[in-house]
Amino acid sequence: MTDQVTGAQALIRSLEAAGVDTVFGIPGGAILPAYDPMMDSTKVRHILVRHEQGAGHAAEGYAQATGKVGVCMATSGPGATNLVTPIADAHMDSVPIVAITGQVASAAIGTDAFQEADICGITMPITKHNFLVTDPAEIAPTIAAAFHIASTGRPGPVLVDISKDALQATTDFVWNGTPELPGYRPVTRPHAKQIREAARLLSEAKRPVLYVGGGVLKAHASAELKILAELTGAPVVTTLMALGAFPDSHPQHLGMPGMHGTVAAVTALQKSDLIFALGARFDDRVTGRLDTFAPHAKIVHADIDPAEISKNRVADVPIVGDAREVIADLVVAVQAEHEAGRFGDYQEWWTALNRWRDTYPLGYDVPADGSLSPQLVIERLGAISGPDTIFASGVGQHQMWASQFIRYEKPYTWLNSGGAGTMGYSVPAAMGAKAGMPDTTVWAIDGDGCFQMTNQELVTCAVNDIPIKVAIINNGTLGMVRQWQTLFYNERYSNTDLQSRRLPDFVKLAEAMGCVGLRCESPDQLDEIIHKAMSINDAPVVIDFVVHQDAMVWPMVAAGSSNDEVMAARDVRPDFGDSDD
Amino acid sequence: MSKHTLSVLVENKPGVLARITALFSRRGFNIDSLAVGTTEHPDISRITIVVSVVEELPLEQVTKQLNKLVNVLKIVELDPPASVQRQLLLVKVRADHETRSQVVEIVQLFRAKTVDVSPEAVTVEATGGPDKLAAMLRMLEPFGIKELVQSGVVAIGRGGRSITDRSLRSVERSA
Repeated sequence: MTDQVTGAQALIRSLEAAGVDTVFGIPGGAILPAYDPMMDSTKVRHILVRHEQGAGHAAEGYAQATGKVGVCMATSGPGATNLVTPIADAHMDSVPIVAITGQVASAAIGTDAFQEADICGITMPITKHNFLVTDPAEIAPTIAAAFHIASTGRPGPVLVDISKDALQATTDFVWNGTPELPGYRPVTRPHAKQIREAARLLSEAKRPVLYVGGGVLKAHASAELKILAELTGAPVVTTLMALGAFPDSHPQHLGMPGMHGTVAAVTALQKSDLIFALGARFDDRVTGRLDTFAPHAKIVHADIDPAEISKNRVADVPIVGDAREVIADLVVAVQAEHEAGRFGDYQEWWTALNRWRDTYPLGYDVPADGSLSPQLVIERLGAISGPDTIFASGVGQHQMWASQFIRYEKPYTWLNSGGAGTMGYSVPAAMGAKAGMPDTTVWAIDGDGCFQMTNQELVTCAVNDIPIKVAIINNGTLGMVRQWQTLFYNERYSNTDLQSRRLPDFVKLAEAMGCVGLRCESPDQLDEIIHKAMSINDAPVVIDFVVHQDAMVWPMVAAGSSNDEVMAARDVRPDFGDSDD
Repeated sequence: MSKHTLSVLVENKPGVLARITALFSRRGFNIDSLAVGTTEHPDISRITIVVSVVEELPLEQVTKQLNKLVNVLKIVELDPPASVQRQLLLVKVRADHETRSQVVEIVQLFRAKTVDVSPEAVTVEATGGPDKLAAMLRMLEPFGIKELVQSGVVAIGRGGRSITDRSLRSVERSA
């Protein structure tokens, strides 16, 4: 199939051929040629955002909710640099997005032309790969390559920078969806010998833990994971990036490990003799002080990215492969162990795990003054909205509470900025998720600090009929930073008081942006207001939950501390029966 | 601290060198020496990198990260005894009518060449491994080194096998 088109038409046709149905973006000088044929596309819906950062996070939210590649588009210079934060975010969390940017005409590249920025140079360390295209004939093959790279192997962001003259010139359109990339061959099939060795270790272990990371969601391996977990009887912990990969209600689920994980999950890893890492990367927020992490554990580490294996913690059994294929093969290998009469005996382990789980459940104190506790707000949101809801969170205390007090039963219902910790992620990510999943209820759970970074995308939502719901957990402060000031800086609250219980008026702000604005200040209004928000489906809804300022996130492993020092609550160190050491 | 010589075969495309050197610096590795050139196949460039690492593990990390670069086709670590490693050096040594013959004698001892002569200096061209070149420089130093320039190390494995064979085939297929 070839015919004469402009580079811009080739771009839009390529997006259509790649299966794109939604693009988030803003036009500008250099990308302008692409927006003309965009207007005629019946397959691609372009959603005009209010800030390029919103386009990038929307593409991420779309990708994380649908499993498809998210697409954002911006012009050269500042348009492109405004995409840098979401691209870095997608890079840290392995989110498949393709960012398309206009570039100044090829003859002007390198001359400091108007709105010129070397966006390929700028994004080199934060993209899986990027391309500068100055030849119109290269547009279609480059878009094909970009989608292939973004969505295969370990997913990630790919940027395609296209010069304005390439968009304007004429070329033959040829679409070949399977690009030849001689230097790009991700390994997806795990090594059979390593799988058998891993299964053997599982039979021999006394205190194993399945440490499940975001790779399991990326590989669509939740069903396989459940089979493996139930076959082995081993406990499961799911990281912040993996919430929903294994049902929170499952009796083998110990919760989230890490800095604000459950005592049971943190301690299970710490006391384990075999950590089975599946699509997880031993991030510092999970391991705490690395040299004291899980000192007695052998490590089986399965990841599609070989560079993650033995990066932070040396693996005894490295397995390179796609999590779904790894887990499926492990199931067969564990069955073979069972048939040979070798079963892991984890009975004593479960006795200890259940003791920690029962003694140190997640909980919170209700404020004595009758004010609203943020954890209660989030808990009720989860309970009322139900397990099919998609929750997109910002970054900070509300994020941790949303990870702790909402029960995630299904994959792809929890979106957040895990690795990068990008404040401002939630509203645009929720918008992207809702655009991709219009029949699903999407809640943004945001802080008053985060919300003030990207809330303008609510205008985009209102104008484009994307009725997301936003819960602002408004404690008037940069809560997580304040918590650290409380704990580590002698309660000296330097520059964390946002005064956002006074300004802005979030209800009026919501209304000004075409949303329904609601406010909730006391526990007795809580359910009623949430139900009211749930009943509104023809406009975005924003609820300003005015909550207690001093609530803290517990449990906590302080930064740089060992996981042995996990605190169940302030000044409460769990008793593991090791007080003699 | 140990030194390792990596031969990195890459697609001959703009910006590839920047991707590789930037990766070293952002992952906290220091490049001791770098040499880049085309190979027998015009679509493939070969980058020889000498890198100092504190222990074995981080080298594995940097080669794994390099392998993730889409334009990188293959990475081979060349073990010094099993490879030929050479560097080119040009050095301008102070030499007048009294000292010139001594300088030329040293140059001949190291099988180097004088490539330019002037009343107050000679310019010497030498190739060899880093040890030989360092030894020659030590001998020349007392005369006064006015200017020194050296290339990065290039290296090739000994024996009949070629590291480009298989990579070449895959590039040809895609071309």
